[in-house]
Amino acid sequence: MENKELRDKRREFLKTSALIAGGVFLNQFAFAGGHFSADDTIKIALIGCGDRGTGAAFQALSTKENVKLVAMADAFQDRLDNSYKALSTKFKDKVDVPQDRRFVGFDGYQKAIALADVVLLVTPPGFRPMHFEEAVKQGKHVFMEKPVAVDAPGIRKVLATAEIAKQKKLNVVVGLQRRYQENYRESLKRIQDGAIGDIVGGQVYWNSGGVWVKKREASQTEMEYQMRNWYYFNWLCGDHIVEQHVHNIDIANWVKNAYPVSVQGTGSRAWRTGKDYGEIYDNHAVELTYADGAVIYSQCRHYEGTQNRVDETFQGTKGRTYLSGSNQAVLWDHTGKEIYNHPTKGNKNPYQTEHDELFAAIAKNEFKFADAERSAKSCFTAIIGRYATYSGQVIKWDEALKAENSLMPDQLTWTANPKVMPDANGLYPIPMPGKTKVL
Amino acid sequence: MNVKKLLALPLLMSSFLSPAQEKGKPYQQQINGTKLNFSMQPVPGGEFLMGSKKGKPDEQPVHKVKISPFWMSTYELTWDLYEPFLYKDYETTNSTSPVPENVDAVARPTKPYLDMTFGMGKENHPALAMTHYNAIQYCKWLYARTGVFYRLPTEAEWEYASRAGSSSEYAFGDDASKLGDYAWFAENSDGKTHPVGKKKPNKWGLFDLYGNVAEWTYDQYIPDFYTKVKGEKMDDPVAVPENLYAHVIRGGSYDAKASDLRSAARLASDPIWKQLDPQIPKSNWWFPEAPFIGMRLVRPVTPPSKAEIDAYYNQPVIADY
Repeated sequence: MENKELRDKRREFLKTSALIAGGVFLNQFAFAGGHFSADDTIKIALIGCGDRGTGAAFQALSTKENVKLVAMADAFQDRLDNSYKALSTKFKDKVDVPQDRRFVGFDGYQKAIALADVVLLVTPPGFRPMHFEEAVKQGKHVFMEKPVAVDAPGIRKVLATAEIAKQKKLNVVVGLQRRYQENYRESLKRIQDGAIGDIVGGQVYWNSGGVWVKKREASQTEMEYQMRNWYYFNWLCGDHIVEQHVHNIDIANWVKNAYPVSVQGTGSRAWRTGKDYGEIYDNHAVELTYADGAVIYSQCRHYEGTQNRVDETFQGTKGRTYLSGSNQAVLWDHTGKEIYNHPTKGNKNPYQTEHDELFAAIAKNEFKFADAERSAKSCFTAIIGRYATYSGQVIKWDEALKAENSLMPDQLTWTANPKVMPDANGLYPIPMPGKTKVL
Repeated sequence: MNVKKLLALPLLMSSFLSPAQEKGKPYQQQINGTKLNFSMQPVPGGEFLMGSKKGKPDEQPVHKVKISPFWMSTYELTWDLYEPFLYKDYETTNSTSPVPENVDAVARPTKPYLDMTFGMGKENHPALAMTHYNAIQYCKWLYARTGVFYRLPTEAEWEYASRAGSSSEYAFGDDASKLGDYAWFAENSDGKTHPVGKKKPNKWGLFDLYGNVAEWTYDQYIPDFYTKVKGEKMDDPVAVPENLYAHVIRGGSYDAKASDLRSAARLASDPIWKQLDPQIPKSNWWFPEAPFIGMRLVRPVTPPSKAEIDAYYNQPVIADY
């Protein structure tokens, strides 16, 4: 990392050249957080080296800018090693991460963040608030994956940190990639221009066959087991309504240009009842009620051998729309006449667009992206969906946001116990509507 | 390993066919331990002219090919037949007896994050968006279940079967205006797959070879493969795949124009079909942007040896970065 003097010099240089150039930096955010290497190399740290983290690093290193991966951190040595191997094979001279810049364990993130201009926060979501707070404290630009938190205390931390990031003019892109996908951008532009009127109702779905599962190994401590099989534990994952379905819920909020005031719903474990599946539900159905009275229905489930559906539909006072992550977007007027149909072929990869746009802004010293607040609010919508299905109660946004029930373990070490532990049969306590308290 | 030899089937054993699977006759294959079955049509051995003078350069030169007899599945593989392979819990609940150990041991696809039916429907609809590797692993699962060697058609077998003795652009002639009687394609599909077997079959009783979903063949896509013909004719030619891209797909899909459905038209798989996969390494199992690819099964009349079968199913996985 370069020293402060060099940084100040570069800042001074930028100011001076802006004056001399007389308007090259017209953008009011010209002096955004910036990157301050001696040359114009943008240095990247990868925090979380799983398959998605490695994918995010591939995308960052595939941008047109002069980028270099300089540090990596992961809780597990093997995940870091595999990721390093894939990255250094593919990108060779863009990967400069010697042994002493590879950090293994729960606290490696701080050291890795310190070495970079831009950090990729791609661990399981439970750690995100902590990592985001540290990155912004250290003045770094951020790409972080969704979800950005798994409980109300985490959301409050992300919202507070989002404010500081704005003040520091740090770019923050969040991996709700539909926001960067052409069919959504094109259709949302039209919807917000009133093409189908005011949105009065909608339905959003993530009904799929489920995800991976990692079996317990005899040598593992409880902490290691939960970290490996993280999808099934709420302090790490937030349940699949948060971890996956947030994509569709975020579209509901985007289309409404608002967040629900209250949520109620129902859910259970119908299929996934064994000890490999931790504590999460395999189905949730909730209603999101907005201040203007609009109700959007949300359904997510992980069932095998049933109908699958991952998409969003909305009804407005002048028409309706169908949207999906497979590049589809169709708008109809109230008579059923098609008014827009997005071509499904030839679309850019939204996961790449996220990084292309982020790194282009950073290279130009522009402050263009402040995704954290809206992403935190969409994640919170999903979290109170979980609060509603676990408790069976109507959950009010404002009250829930004050909740003090952090799911994070008191200690993060391999021998410490997470808050939710298995019984003698290896089964975990399952939330029970009417009994489970969430607030 | 000599896969060409495996596919060319040396006549070293007289096959033990049950009466229901008599050479040259259609039969029903029960998937043992489940209530599922599917039908197979006989395709006689013979010679044909592969390629088309009217087509693209990769379809030329037209050359003589000799094909050994086989059976081909009457229909494209449906989700109904595919899902017990995809989902282990689902397989367990849909089995009439405990899942045998050798079946349980077959590697299964990662569960797709997205809806791989793409909203087009599941019951009797073709399974789709699986990779070439995935398609071969399905055959392996089927072998573990049934003890019968099923595999993907070679490119030559596919074209031979689709021609069903014809030498015209389509098996029914050169006039694409009749295609709607035989196929779901861009002009009549409404942008989605349809239940299999709703259109007319060809003369050999095979449905939906044209359109609905395009179909995997075993071959590597080599644009000038036909120029490498030596001698008067090729016996059971195959471009043995060594690379992850590209493989030949045939038949065109619900999404394709008429010319892509012609018997000789060659199409190739494309890594861009995985761009919506955000993970590295990318999935060996799914193409999130290829809802137009499916598969059809072939069974050679003379099965290869156990060692050759194992070699076919257990080829090394190529990681996709």
